[in-house]
Amino acid sequence: MQSLETLTREAQRLGQGAEGMQRMSLSGVTGPEAETPAEIEVARQMAICNACRYCEGFCAVFPAMTRRLDFGKADVHYLANLCHNCGACLHACQYAPPHEFMVNVPRAMAQVRGQTYTDYAWPAPLGALYRRNGLFVALALTFGIALFLMLAAARQGSLWGAVPEGSFYAIFPHNLMVSMFLPVFGFAVLALALGVTRFWRAVKPATGGADLGGPAAAEGAHAALRLKYLDGGHGEGCHNEDDGWTQSRRRYHHLTFYGFMLCFAATSIATIYHYVLGWEAPYGWTSLPKLFGITGGVAMVIGTTGLWRLRLRRHPEHIEPSHHGMDLGFIALLFLTAATGLLLMVARETAALPTALCVHLGAVMALFLTMPYGKFAHGIFRSAALLRYAVERRLPNKLGLSGE
Amino acid sequence: MTTDVLVVGGGNAALCAALMALEEGASVRILEVAPREWRGGNSMHTRNLRCMHDAPQDVLVDTYSEDEFWQDLLRVTGGITTEYLARLVIRASATCRPWMVKHGVRFQPSLSGALHTARTNAFFMGGGKALINAYYRSAAALGARVDYNAETVGIELDGGRFVAALVDHHLPDGSKRRERIEARACVLASGGFESDREWLREAWGRNEQGEYPADNFLIRGTRYNRGIVLKDMMRQGADTLGDPTQAHMVAIDARAPLYDGGICTRIDCVSLGVVVNRDAHRFYDEGEDFWPKRYAIWGRLVAMQPGQTAWCVIDAKAIGRFMPPVFPGVRADSLPELARRIGVDEAQFMQTLQSYNAACRVGTFDHTSLDDCHTEGLLPAKTHWARPIDTAPFFGYPVKPGVTFTYLGLRTNQTTAVHFSGRASPNLFSAGEIMAGNVLGKGYTAGVGMSIGTAFGRIAGNHAAAAALGHAPCDPWVIADQGEVSHAVA
Repeated sequence: MQSLETLTREAQRLGQGAEGMQRMSLSGVTGPEAETPAEIEVARQMAICNACRYCEGFCAVFPAMTRRLDFGKADVHYLANLCHNCGACLHACQYAPPHEFMVNVPRAMAQVRGQTYTDYAWPAPLGALYRRNGLFVALALTFGIALFLMLAAARQGSLWGAVPEGSFYAIFPHNLMVSMFLPVFGFAVLALALGVTRFWRAVKPATGGADLGGPAAAEGAHAALRLKYLDGGHGEGCHNEDDGWTQSRRRYHHLTFYGFMLCFAATSIATIYHYVLGWEAPYGWTSLPKLFGITGGVAMVIGTTGLWRLRLRRHPEHIEPSHHGMDLGFIALLFLTAATGLLLMVARETAALPTALCVHLGAVMALFLTMPYGKFAHGIFRSAALLRYAVERRLPNKLGLSGE
Repeated sequence: MTTDVLVVGGGNAALCAALMALEEGASVRILEVAPREWRGGNSMHTRNLRCMHDAPQDVLVDTYSEDEFWQDLLRVTGGITTEYLARLVIRASATCRPWMVKHGVRFQPSLSGALHTARTNAFFMGGGKALINAYYRSAAALGARVDYNAETVGIELDGGRFVAALVDHHLPDGSKRRERIEARACVLASGGFESDREWLREAWGRNEQGEYPADNFLIRGTRYNRGIVLKDMMRQGADTLGDPTQAHMVAIDARAPLYDGGICTRIDCVSLGVVVNRDAHRFYDEGEDFWPKRYAIWGRLVAMQPGQTAWCVIDAKAIGRFMPPVFPGVRADSLPELARRIGVDEAQFMQTLQSYNAACRVGTFDHTSLDDCHTEGLLPAKTHWARPIDTAPFFGYPVKPGVTFTYLGLRTNQTTAVHFSGRASPNLFSAGEIMAGNVLGKGYTAGVGMSIGTAFGRIAGNHAAAAALGHAPCDPWVIADQGEVSHAVA
């Protein structure tokens, strides 16, 4: 009987290109082979899935898999980031544990995904931060920075007490806030951009090598923005705690993401008001920054609360246990940022304003600081993988398989 | 409270029966011998059902008429079938899918590597385990009680009438608790006997070489189909039909697990290469027809070879032209080296390969048609896709017979009633593999097992509910023709 160990051994030998094993590069591109245990495990499972293919209709991972006969490092990294961890293939899998083939694609992909965030991080030494970027770090950073700001505010005697016209700048001057946040935000953007560029360069040759064209870009963006691959392929949703479908993960994620984008838009518009039009905050209740900020903040609070609850109820087999902290830390930071932002608005005319401002700024700063080395990266890397999938899908398939 | 309908088994046919009975308002209890994680019998390894359709339907292209389906079935079974039951299955397959969708099954387009079935077979999204999950969810929502680890060891009859089932509940501590479960009606959907190795050995007997061929068979599906209920019914005089050696049997990778290897262990490169037995002789035309039409005969062909083992040999030209096998092939840079690596007699292997290579008349190779590449003056011939095996690297895949399910079963009619000396039981019905032999006397065509299980499962459930609740059952042809069946529920 073929045991799991034998299979794993064979997968490892396959991974090492051992003599006697079938290794044919069909794409004409010979990249590095899978080498880490997580990568070899994905390559092993994909060899089983590729001989089965029942899950083809669920998402992009399996159609992408069928274009390959072997799975090198870049293929594995690409597929891992294409996987949305919807759980459909695990519940449908005839080879899932307790079957001796031990196929659990969502978890295997999650393990490699976590590894890719580290591997492609810029600068490379900071990649290790991913592994420490958990709930504790998120909360400690938030409250540490908030405390620091409170102390700074207290030295000027204004930690508690109403501020004229509710102006934040009376507590921290505008330029001071800009000089604190702009470099941190700028670094986050730079680090993520360089990280995803490195990922793109590694994955591009393994996905046909073609450049991103207009239709592919539109399709990839559409898939990312609609979370197409959390729809189960039939449109009725993905899995959370069991083999039933739910749209809740998709909906709460939409609330979180679009809420975040609205808040980001609010900040951007306020920046234009400030620098271009010379209109200083605070803005009225019916102004665009306020409308966007409040709507976005409420959406984020609802979305992150929902995602948190779903995350705690998730089927334990779907997830990579070591990612628990990273996931919850990120959700917590988004929640804190939104919730403290809303509180700040409520506290504007009250004595609590300076304290509320310090806590909000602490949350925002913690979010920016952890952004390049935390769960935030999943959106960037997955979008890149979706764009490469849209490119690859348009290329002719080099395999001419005739099946059963 | 006595259960209305007891369903013995937990695969597709069992769940179809349960769902139909539930829809009729019957209380239903399902006895699944497997633990929850292995529930569903062989259904969890399936991927589609064969469907008649007179016009394109969602995932099905073109048309597939009743007559064409019937002719396909007639051909593969060599006429060992029951025409009116086969036609019942065919017509039911045309209309059952909306009912399946209602109970949570979703369909997907034909899989890549299986495009030739886009016309005839509707694929379940996620495969059979997703279908099984959906049916269990739907059954639970309709109030069914499901017992896992519940092994039905005997059926208590009173002159052909079902009285009770004797069930051993396997408890977590390894002990058993016996329960006698009475019900007003019962559906037997407990599968074939392929996982009873002793029975298989006895059925296949000993060959001329003194071997017990069945000892070398692998079982492609569940380890829980041990035919316990079938044997008990035979003991009590139920009418049966079928040859115990007949089964859905394919050539699979010899390295596959003993049970539950499922689809991924198949070897799809036979028509691209040659197949030699342990003595390095070829034994059948590898290019007789398209592989999808021939895969189901190769299990039996290999079973007839010494050691029930063979090697499928291909060269580099075949790579990328067939579904990737789950286990890598044994690789060599020359044919003599391949002979040594796979452990067959080198001289004989070379002679077989050289005479094959010399006999090849290569025309225009086209794997998508019955091309003109063939052998001349070779026995057995290879009539299509014959190209010399001459381009390194060479690969060998070991194959063994893999049994999907056995065909010996309970003889029945359009009501699915279990018969005793030609008399139908008033409240005991059958569905799925335990009675598939009524339609499949031998041979197989992809997806027909699920068509049979779905059609007769639904009919059995309807009749069992009617027997339990004391109302008239549907005419099976109504179920076959209308898909949606609803009765006023008392």
